[in-house]
Amino acid sequence: MSQHSRVMTLYKTLLHLGKEYPGGYPYFRNKLKNAFMKNSSLKDPKEIDSAIARGEFVIKELEALYMLRKYRALKKRYYED
Amino acid sequence: MSLRILVGCKRVIDYAVKIRVKPDKSGVITEGVKHSMNPFDEIAIEEAVRMKEKKIAKEIVAFSCGPTQCQETLRTALAMGADRGIHVEVSGPEYETLQPLHISKMLAKLAKDEQIDLIIVGKQAIDDDCNQTAQMTAALLGWPQATSASKIEAKDGSLQVVREIDGGLETIKVKLPSVVSADLRLNEPRYATLPNIMKAKKKPIKKLAPKDLGIDVSPRIQVVTVEEPPVRQAGAKVENVDAVVEKLKALGHA
Repeated sequence: MSQHSRVMTLYKTLLHLGKEYPGGYPYFRNKLKNAFMKNSSLKDPKEIDSAIARGEFVIKELEALYMLRKYRALKKRYYED
Repeated sequence: MSLRILVGCKRVIDYAVKIRVKPDKSGVITEGVKHSMNPFDEIAIEEAVRMKEKKIAKEIVAFSCGPTQCQETLRTALAMGADRGIHVEVSGPEYETLQPLHISKMLAKLAKDEQIDLIIVGKQAIDDDCNQTAQMTAALLGWPQATSASKIEAKDGSLQVVREIDGGLETIKVKLPSVVSADLRLNEPRYATLPNIMKAKKKPIKKLAPKDLGIDVSPRIQVVTVEEPPVRQAGAKVENVDAVVEKLKALGHA
């Protein structure tokens, strides 16, 4: 996969993840766009790779956030401590 | 072991949405509200996918009953790792009166038609909280059931299941074929990321009507009224412990 298509896939994946963001989809979309725009002038492949890696880290963080949020909400709703 | 697993996935209002009751008290507002797969069903799918990854299962069939939008729920199931989907389509008004008994009958029929070895469903749906489908399905099929499962181990032709019950944990052994219902702590479901959803578009979804399965979806239960819980009364502040006791006595708690 070329670096360009990797960046595009990363952007689309994050955009899709943003739909469930607690702060709201428009807020997330703005932040995402700004973050990608800030790095749009990068030329060195190694720097782009590390930026992609940071993006993939954010994906993992978001998945963990959503999972934890759901688990805690369900535990509170259905299980008495 | 190479099991064929049938997983039930219900499309419900998303768990994070604030529920609003319709003004005519006939039900809950569902128009334009975010829907997603019932969290307990996500746990059920995840368990089936893990069994397939461990080579205990060979095929996972995801099932959903409802209006056209249920296809989205099935796509999520396919994105998580199910192999194919079955969508039994019912219209909007029919869906509002659909009850666990109808779903159980559908699951039982499909289990026979598709030669299913194991049915996994979520323990209960977060919208109706019935906790009936797994039990009714097992009864209709004459299969053993293991409900509220928090751990499943497959061992030659049977399952060892740890159940979460009021007193703690109960370990039982059920012979296959059987019905299992997933509890919260069975596993942590994976997130269906966009690349997986794209790949899942190639997986087939079979569409059926209730009459194809020979099932009558007329309701057996009528919802009389749906109301919001009473508004929480404001508390009262008191000066000291004696005042607290006074107040409690006045309210009738001696």
